[in-house]
Amino acid sequence: MDKYQQQKGKKLTALFFLGCLLFNYPVITLFSTDGLILGIPTLYIFIFVSWAALIALMAWVIEERT
Amino acid sequence: MLQGWVILLVSLAYIGLLFAVAYYGDKRADTGRSLTGNPYIYALSLGVYCTAWTFYGSVGRAATVGAGFLPIYLGPTLMALLWWFFLRKIIRISKVNHITSIADFIASRYGKNTLLGGLVTVVAVVGIIPYISLQLKGISTSFLVLTSYPHVTMPSQLGTAPVANDTAFYVALLLAAFAILFGTRHLDATEHHQGLVAAIAFESVVKLVAFLAVGVFVTYGVYNGFADVFARAAEHPQIRPLFTVQGTYTNWAWLTFLSMMAIFLLPRQFQMAVVENSSEHHLNKAIWLFPLYLLLINIFVLPIAFGGLLHFPDGGVDPDTFVLTLPMIEGQEFLAMFVFVGGLSAATSMVIVATVALTTMVSNDLLMPVLLRWQALGLAERSDLGGFLLAIRRGAIVVILLLSYAYFRLTGESATLVSIGLISFAAVAQFGPAILGGIYWKGGTRLGALVAITGGFLVWAYTLPFPALAESGFLPHTFITEGPFGIAILKPYALFGLEGLDPISHAMLWSMLVNIGGYIIVSLLSQQSVIEHSQASLFVDVFSHSTDGERARFWRGSASVETLRSLLGRFLGFGRADRLFNNYARRHGINWANQTSADAELVDFVERQLAGSIGAASARAMVASVVKEEPLSTEEVMNILDETSQVIAYSHQLEQKSRELEAATAELREANEQLKELDRLKDDFMSTVTHELRTPLTSIRAFSEILHDNPGLETDQRSQFAGIILKESERLTRLINNVLDLSKIESGKMEWLLSEVDLKEVLNEALESTGQLFQEKNIQLTVTLPEKVPFVKADRDRIMQVILNLISNAIKFCNPEQGQVSIQLSSDESCLRVDVIDNGHGIKEENLDIIFEKFRQVGDTLTEKPQGTGLGLPICRQIISHFGGKLWAESTLGQGAKFSFTLPLQPDSDTEPALARTNGLPVAVKN
Repeated sequence: MDKYQQQKGKKLTALFFLGCLLFNYPVITLFSTDGLILGIPTLYIFIFVSWAALIALMAWVIEERT
Repeated sequence: MLQGWVILLVSLAYIGLLFAVAYYGDKRADTGRSLTGNPYIYALSLGVYCTAWTFYGSVGRAATVGAGFLPIYLGPTLMALLWWFFLRKIIRISKVNHITSIADFIASRYGKNTLLGGLVTVVAVVGIIPYISLQLKGISTSFLVLTSYPHVTMPSQLGTAPVANDTAFYVALLLAAFAILFGTRHLDATEHHQGLVAAIAFESVVKLVAFLAVGVFVTYGVYNGFADVFARAAEHPQIRPLFTVQGTYTNWAWLTFLSMMAIFLLPRQFQMAVVENSSEHHLNKAIWLFPLYLLLINIFVLPIAFGGLLHFPDGGVDPDTFVLTLPMIEGQEFLAMFVFVGGLSAATSMVIVATVALTTMVSNDLLMPVLLRWQALGLAERSDLGGFLLAIRRGAIVVILLLSYAYFRLTGESATLVSIGLISFAAVAQFGPAILGGIYWKGGTRLGALVAITGGFLVWAYTLPFPALAESGFLPHTFITEGPFGIAILKPYALFGLEGLDPISHAMLWSMLVNIGGYIIVSLLSQQSVIEHSQASLFVDVFSHSTDGERARFWRGSASVETLRSLLGRFLGFGRADRLFNNYARRHGINWANQTSADAELVDFVERQLAGSIGAASARAMVASVVKEEPLSTEEVMNILDETSQVIAYSHQLEQKSRELEAATAELREANEQLKELDRLKDDFMSTVTHELRTPLTSIRAFSEILHDNPGLETDQRSQFAGIILKESERLTRLINNVLDLSKIESGKMEWLLSEVDLKEVLNEALESTGQLFQEKNIQLTVTLPEKVPFVKADRDRIMQVILNLISNAIKFCNPEQGQVSIQLSSDESCLRVDVIDNGHGIKEENLDIIFEKFRQVGDTLTEKPQGTGLGLPICRQIISHFGGKLWAESTLGQGAKFSFTLPLQPDSDTEPALARTNGLPVAVKN
């Protein structure tokens, strides 16, 4: 792996830990409430929005050119 | 309209379409225009992860645990981020070693061990058959539900169809035909099944579109969008709790972990991601495309689940069927049909790939080793084994599918979709430690892996499928409630008294404890054999030594080329063996006519070719049977490895040295450039100085000549000429003084008389001495001086020189008619500042720095007479920077110029570098 790829690898690892943090106890308990945001339960909107954001970041890191 | 025969016809037509797609894919591959050689098809083919369990089961699970179905898809998303490292490595290892299945991978890593390969195969078959049967059940159930259209009736009320009338049975047979046609085309299982991949990618599209279609219909057709569904659901006290996390967070975390393992350990995922991978580069895009696929297929799960719960509040309809029953009850027969096809695609893709993957394992790692060793069969001596091998694989496909079907008929309605799926996940997760440990830790041994997988598998069996059997009534129920033979400590859901966990978390905890613990402890306590040692090194360091020559260093022996050729021919066919040998000869520049004995590299080559067809362990055994081997001792292998690591260390040192050399060269080159630049500057300086000296000299000489040759000149003219001579001589003197000054400053030989200087007083004195000039030219002078300024440490005369220079410049260049000059002195905490402002025509922005260079006067030198020596400002700048200050000019063209300098109150270390900088030029000046 060249230096450029290693850099990408580091960013992806950082995203992995971010994902582990977001989709797990205890962060998820913050959103496990009865309320609604824009008519959608907070837990669902939190998971789907962060999921989509994570995928967008993955795509950005992978497709990024130097 | 939706009678049984119509649905059957549509199902058959769909499967027919699959055959067509696969046929077309293979056709394209044969003509060299691959359909599947791109990352998008690769990412879609990974969508085989989403089975009938996803298609029907996610909604079923969401209807009972809300968001609790999501970890199954979040886990793979997280794992995809790490594919960058370890899946890339697994793919590389598999390609180098011709590995065709997960069993082969583990067997090969731990010394091409037959026992281990067989064990992994058994675990995979036991774990996956229920999963395949689950898909068949999904097909059967959805078919039954759909036939009762427009009524919604559950299959449990309809009873079970006899085998002869069961769609699932015929589908299973068709899929067996499909797997045989497109999954066993080549003897060498490492060759890509492009038609199969194309069909699976196509199925991924169909199931996604079908699910999105029903999702959009329920969310926007039946309800008015997401908010509407959730608002209505919120009114029901039974549904509302699903808005929050149901079940424990432990369960949530274990499910995430389980799916992280499953995404690369499930045989079908390994088949698609590793074996069918045609380029490592495809992995990059798949890393984000595959999670995106998972996100899309899950968006509408919750609205459909809630829609179902709202429509069928009494619980009479199984939530696993909501996807189908919602369009049915709304009278959408076409949509219902489409959904059925989507479910069919999800189920068939899993069945096809899982069957092909299991078959490769069963034939290469279970049957072949046994059959080849079975002396009575005389198989090892038969000349043409290729056809026999294919027949075994094809037979295995039929057996696996029939077994799955039988399992489904036997267990019937006992379990929901999801629980069987999770039990399968837990089974394959037992391979995780041996594989991940195997590619990153050289110390993992065969015995460690054996203990890990056996132990994990036994714990898994005891804590998951056995109690499930008890729940279905195949075992007494007391097995769960009181433990076997009433031994409470062995209760399968509360092993050793561990209560309070759900069955999956409980089973995973104990099995992983035994598995990982066993792997590490036994590996540390046991010894690796020679071949294990070399395989471990080849796997862990796959990126650093994967050339043929290096791989072959671990073998020593003798064999004849002909024996090897005939061995390969017996398995792959003689034509193919000849082709492979000829290619090999071309690559290595060998002529077989002159070469009769094989070297280690050729032996390794033959073994790897065989491994693709009969598995690593069998290939090893077959090659060993025809060559005479001299086993390497462990010490020798260690030596080889040591040599390698020494060579690597040396090469690192060399690299380091060469980097240092490069850096030194670059520095030298830079110094050389600087020298050249200085040399050029010196030349420039010399020619400019001589030029500047010649101008006044020429005019002095010219006027002296006139005076000399014309003694009769009039007195007026005579004194005018003498005046010019005087002025030019003065200019010459000034120039020479300046050059000397500059030379002294730059060479550091200037004598500085440091004293405490009151800048205000210096300014006043300078203004006094130039007062006459201001009056002569009628220039309006404004002076702003503070009451008192602190002293600065400097050379008073030099500072005076700077100030006088700036003031006389201002007088020279200010507006000739209405001249205005303003002089300001100010101070802050760190420095004193002097500004000299005139209202002349100003300086162009690009010239603001140039004027501080030597002999650079701004203005048209051809038409305007130079107004100074061109050294005044450069000298000023040198003086000011010597005392750690700054001198600069600001100007807007047409609005005058402002020259400012600062002097620090406490000259700090800046002074030294300023000196050092000016040291650059002395050579130039003195020479």
